[in-house]
Amino acid sequence: MSAKKYLPVLWLLLIVVAVQLATSYSGKEFYLTQLTMTSYYCLLVIGLCMVMGYAGQISLGHAGFFAIGGYTSAALTTNNFASYSELTVMQLLNRYGCIITTEDMFGDTIINFHPWLAFAAAILLTTIIAFAIGIPVLKLKGHYLAMATLGFGVIIYRIVLASEALGEADGISEVPAFVLIKGLSVNGNMDDRVINYYIAWGILTIGALLLINLINSRTGRALRAIHASEEAASAMGINTARSKLYIFVISAVFAAVAGAMLTHYNGGIGPSEAGVMKSVRYVALVAIGGMANFWGALTMAATLNFLSLRGMFGSYDDAVFGAILILIMLFAPNGLFKLSPIKAIRQIINRDRR
Amino acid sequence: MLKIKNIETAYGNLKVLRRISMHVDPGEIVTIIGANGAGKTTLLHTICGLLKPRAGEMVLQGNDLCRLSPEKIVKLGCSLVPEGRQVFATMNVRENLILGAYVRYKKDKKKALAELDKIFALFPVLKERENQLAGTLSGGEQQMLAMGRSLMAKPALIMMDEPSTGLAPLIVKNIFEIIVKLKESGNTVLLVEQNAKAALAIADRGYVLETGKIIVQGPAEDLLANNDVQRAYLGREAV
Repeated sequence: MSAKKYLPVLWLLLIVVAVQLATSYSGKEFYLTQLTMTSYYCLLVIGLCMVMGYAGQISLGHAGFFAIGGYTSAALTTNNFASYSELTVMQLLNRYGCIITTEDMFGDTIINFHPWLAFAAAILLTTIIAFAIGIPVLKLKGHYLAMATLGFGVIIYRIVLASEALGEADGISEVPAFVLIKGLSVNGNMDDRVINYYIAWGILTIGALLLINLINSRTGRALRAIHASEEAASAMGINTARSKLYIFVISAVFAAVAGAMLTHYNGGIGPSEAGVMKSVRYVALVAIGGMANFWGALTMAATLNFLSLRGMFGSYDDAVFGAILILIMLFAPNGLFKLSPIKAIRQIINRDRR
Repeated sequence: MLKIKNIETAYGNLKVLRRISMHVDPGEIVTIIGANGAGKTTLLHTICGLLKPRAGEMVLQGNDLCRLSPEKIVKLGCSLVPEGRQVFATMNVRENLILGAYVRYKKDKKKALAELDKIFALFPVLKERENQLAGTLSGGEQQMLAMGRSLMAKPALIMMDEPSTGLAPLIVKNIFEIIVKLKESGNTVLLVEQNAKAALAIADRGYVLETGKIIVQGPAEDLLANNDVQRAYLGREAV
């Protein structure tokens, strides 16, 4: 049993290595760039899959968490904090190597935070915001919950669009590389393409392992029970509100990690990442994968995100994901992998007859 | 074990329970009978915390239940087998049972898992279906699973809401035999039933609920012999 549930992880790793070898030997290594970005989006989608599929809650605000992660990292590593250098906190941080001091071409000192510190701050901030949003919002159900999280997403979008420190409509660019350990850094350099591909999919694999363990744990069973019947779950002694809150926060953190990593990889982030259509896209990806189907969501997220990033959908990008959501809800509410075309057609015909 | 005094519960302005008082002693089967809409399920939901009473007192083994959340009440040893079974359809039998021990699992995983064997001994059919999804079980098997699930919490008091609903008569007999077995092994059962005859046949005492009030109470044999009860719930005209 325990070995069996990790088997798909092994497949995932095999495919990742096979794709890398295939692209490198055929001289099409440029595909790895989009595949790296894809994997960070996948990280967000598998987190959302927990909230939607396993706990049965809808969140239309996950692009907001992605943006909080990305923008916090970007703002702390690019804005100049030299005017605060007198503060004791800054001096303390400096002593532990959390601050990077450089000079610009005019000889002025520029003080930025170390990416690790920025990353930690991004995760902390996301956790706090997710708790603050989650406690009141998760008391809502169904479309009220969707509306509330949608509102949250819009607020984040308008904030990043209006804040000078976050670059307004231009977003933040020239985000430095994220040196994880010496010699291993998240950046968009051509030379580091292969290693970044492995970093990205490695992070995704770790995330997947964590979530698989969660699904099969006491907490995971509690979540699935809530999805099946909240009343019966409550009668089993499950604190339904707290379980829902935890998984919401965990998925928000997954989104923030994805946001921070992708920002360092791309070297920047713009307000479109916080847009509502992005949230809709993530929901569509979970739905087409089959809600409570972890590997389905991952497969569809990888495929469709890759196609989208390759520009296959052209300027119809958002329309494609909107259409996917509508079609899935109408014809395959259990996801693409549970679809049996003949049965679906028969159902439609019978519906008309009645 | 359980003592209730002057409990009142309402949905909005609609008072469903009016000054209900009752008690359950350790080791007995107590049944609450009554027609549809009498307030039987409301009473059980009030006891296990899913609904909050407007007034009155409820004490389980010396603990006041009135202000506690459902999960705290489960921890105190009061477990509900909900109406219509409500098994977790997308999870297998084993997972359903382990969920029943949710409040104990964290502290004492081994003991909680050891409890599984006892449940399988009591319901051999669940052992056969261990890895099958709960949604694919028959109604009778689901009822057994729901009962096994709540037994996993090692409750001091088991409350069952209409265990006979939607089951074939032969299965109902089977389920009621198991309830008697539970009592013989020292469990305390509060049984809510529309099937008054079957419930009174196995119960020690009974309460008759009508539009939110207890109208008759007493030992089960007395209720079976009571003219009013016979006329209203047993379909027999008194001679």
